[in-house]
Amino acid sequence: MNWGSRIRGLAVGVTSLLLVAACGSSGGGGTASCSESTAKTATSATACGGMDALVAAAKAEGQLNVIALPPDWANYGAVISAFQSKYGITVNSANPNGSSQDEVNAFDGTSNAPDVVDVGQSVALANTAKFTPYQVATWGDIPAGAKESTGLWFNDYGGYMGIGYNPAKVPGGVINSIQDLLGSGFKSEVALAGDPTKSNQGLNGVIMAAVANGGSLDDISAGVNFFKQLKQKGNYVPVVGTDSTVKLGQTPVLFEWDYLSTSHGKSVSGWKIYVPSNAIIGGYYSQAINKAAPHPAAARLWEEYLYSDAGQNLWLKGGARPVRMAVMTTAGTIDAAAAAALPAVKGTPQVPSGDQTTKASQYVIANWSAAVS
Amino acid sequence: MSRSRRFKLRIFRVVVLLLMGAFFLMPVGAMLEFSTRGNEVTSPRTLDAWLRIAQTPGLVKGIVTSLQLAVITSLGMLALLLPTMVWVRLRLPRISRIVEFICLLPLTVPAIALVVGLKPLYVWVNINVTPSVLALAFAYLILVLPYSYRSLDAGLAAIDLKTLSEAARSLGAGWGTVMLRIVIPNMPSAILNASLLSVALVLGEYTVANLLNFQNLQVEVAYVGLTDANTSTAVAVGALLLAFILLMVLTLVGGRLQQQHYIPGQRA
Amino acid sequence: MSAAGNPAVTTAARPDSGGRQRSLSWLGAMPFFVYVGIFLLLPTAIVAIGSFTASGGGVTLSNFAGIDKPFMVKAFTNSLVVSSISAAAGAILGAVLAYAVVTGNPNGLLRRIIMSASGVLAQFGGVALAFAFIATIGSVGFVYVFLKDHGLDIYANSVWFYEPPGITLIYLYFQIPLMVLVFLPALDGIRPQWREATESLGGSTWHYWRYVAGPLLAPAFLGCTLLLFANAFSAYATLSALLTNGGSYVPLQIQALLTGETEQSQPGLAQALALAMVFIVVVVMSLYALLQRRTSRWLH
Repeated sequence: MNWGSRIRGLAVGVTSLLLVAACGSSGGGGTASCSESTAKTATSATACGGMDALVAAAKAEGQLNVIALPPDWANYGAVISAFQSKYGITVNSANPNGSSQDEVNAFDGTSNAPDVVDVGQSVALANTAKFTPYQVATWGDIPAGAKESTGLWFNDYGGYMGIGYNPAKVPGGVINSIQDLLGSGFKSEVALAGDPTKSNQGLNGVIMAAVANGGSLDDISAGVNFFKQLKQKGNYVPVVGTDSTVKLGQTPVLFEWDYLSTSHGKSVSGWKIYVPSNAIIGGYYSQAINKAAPHPAAARLWEEYLYSDAGQNLWLKGGARPVRMAVMTTAGTIDAAAAAALPAVKGTPQVPSGDQTTKASQYVIANWSAAVS
Repeated sequence: MSRSRRFKLRIFRVVVLLLMGAFFLMPVGAMLEFSTRGNEVTSPRTLDAWLRIAQTPGLVKGIVTSLQLAVITSLGMLALLLPTMVWVRLRLPRISRIVEFICLLPLTVPAIALVVGLKPLYVWVNINVTPSVLALAFAYLILVLPYSYRSLDAGLAAIDLKTLSEAARSLGAGWGTVMLRIVIPNMPSAILNASLLSVALVLGEYTVANLLNFQNLQVEVAYVGLTDANTSTAVAVGALLLAFILLMVLTLVGGRLQQQHYIPGQRA
Repeated sequence: MSAAGNPAVTTAARPDSGGRQRSLSWLGAMPFFVYVGIFLLLPTAIVAIGSFTASGGGVTLSNFAGIDKPFMVKAFTNSLVVSSISAAAGAILGAVLAYAVVTGNPNGLLRRIIMSASGVLAQFGGVALAFAFIATIGSVGFVYVFLKDHGLDIYANSVWFYEPPGITLIYLYFQIPLMVLVFLPALDGIRPQWREATESLGGSTWHYWRYVAGPLLAPAFLGCTLLLFANAFSAYATLSALLTNGGSYVPLQIQALLTGETEQSQPGLAQALALAMVFIVVVVMSLYALLQRRTSRWLH
């Protein structure tokens, strides 16, 4: 009996060894599998063993850290819950109203740091050393000017800068020109949706004000001057405009992206948006992956999801224009109803280049405090 | 006291207390009113915002973090300060002035100024000690020093420390026993007071946490306030009422414990 | 039992400062000093040294040059003015409230309630306070709406809510409770016998306050006012929560330098501002300490 059990034990041991060896080598198959070390530096899904391996690795990590993604911003609330339910990965969303600068400030090397960021152009350009390159499956659909060539950052969605307002708080119920804002009926009503020295939305608000007041994308001093005048007249309110401040009535006139005005329309009935016909400033945000991401596979899977048809259409539902929109419209995969609901754009949009945004940002950083203090 | 003077005093007290009461209760009332508002202007009152507290993971995490920090800071403060103050009173009376000065120093360095110097220090702590938010306790211990020192000092002054400790030591007690079984049981209200002041400070602290990029309760309340003002206000007024109840309990309990000791306002 | 043979006396008679025993005693206080050295003195030194260090190394005063720009001067002016007015108003109103409390039952419920409430409200600040005031006198606050419905538009000329007047009003909310907390012990020290003595000598209420209680309480009152000033000057949370897009106050300028890109272009400015703040508060608190010493002569 002793011998019998010993041989049986030996047989079990050998079999399990063979099984483990077989399992270990089955993941090989020519390309590297998506282990943690591979995921950290993989520059595409194929480099990580293919989409299935990436999904498996991401699920194994189980979590994703994101930052500065308010639920009502370009429909991010739906994007996050769709991603969570599709892959079962928990998304930890920190500091929903943080600015682009706050996002990269949070790269502190700990396990609480964000895995991915959604930042404005100038912040993306200034912080490429902190990102790791990655090219999503639909990389070819992104126009060349909208991405960094190796994949350090790539544009995701964009919109046009406008002035959202509550008609009940505005003399005459309508804004016809940006100069109206300097009138006496606007006391303590006009706000930016971010600090222009830190936030992309804030910076583009100043750029739009500059162009609408006779400046240009290369010289935004007119924009800073405009806000200085607003402050002197007492029309500027030093509060960052958010969903909350709109609802509370603190910021009835707000320089914001056109896609945000839809969500504000839910808090304040009749909320309108005015885009100056001579200053249609388009701005895109950019995705980037943290070089020291605590969950590298999940980060890459998130990017794949965002650039899939499903992800892009969810952004479109939020009123933003996804970067793959042209390609998807041709291919017929675009959500036609959502596309039709986008606000019409009359006139030629201007989109600041990377250099112009950086220069504008530097000008604002040097001169903003002095102008509105 | 003459009749008319008593009457005038009473009028004065009633007027002052009513006006001040209104001034202080109105904003609290406004917070309660705001946190129970419905979605539309015409919606009925609702406790939705309060219930959402439990459903907002950031807030729950912030509450837990701050409570943990409060406990760690209180215990750390007692462990650091009490033995030191006892030791200084008994053995090094000449440096008691220095210790007092140091403990009151945090009052003269504004938190916003201190955090400029703490930032590089915390980069080091992040890497070499712990990246956890609980590392904030190191800074909080410094911030609570002035209030705890005063409280514990008053408590130690009220008991005859020298005699008690020498009696215990001569009977063979070690320092541990002296601290745990002689000193602490003889100043319960001072210790409770110092701990509660520390808890109140930690729960209300925003400056250091915010500028060192940590998320504690107040920082989370600020974040949530930008998207969901009702819930944020609910947390704020809830924390306020909780702290008030705690302090009321302390005054009732402390009053009873203090019966054998010095009561301010009465001359011995 | 002879005194000489009594061990307690012998122990007491032995000098406490003797070489070996003294150095061992110092060890007992070491943990405290080490801890405070690392987490209080070191950061303060970093601020102090950093403000005099140029970006390439070497000693310089250029970091302080950033302070004489007009908007920085305005930030200091606003901070000083708001702190002064809220301290003065808070001191007077707080003293009145403290007097109303102290003339009641020392063990009564009212006193307990007010002391507990003061303890809580003195620490109140930040988002909670900002929201509380927006909900009360903000543009949709119920007091503003109530007054407007009854014909008084308090914001007719300008919305002063975000300006220094509004900030001063908000600060009163924690200045008054702080005054109650720190001034009440001084009021407690007044003996009823002094009032009786004044009356028996024929003095009126006016005489009592003008010649007896007033001069005795003056050092305490002034000292507490200074404490309120330091408290308001150092306050950051309320400003940060209310003026989310920057404002003209020193703590907010420091915040901008610590969280923005501006640090790159002006290193050392944050330290210079912090040191300036510390200097102002140290001066104020030293005066407070001197006044406290004068108070303790009579009222403790």
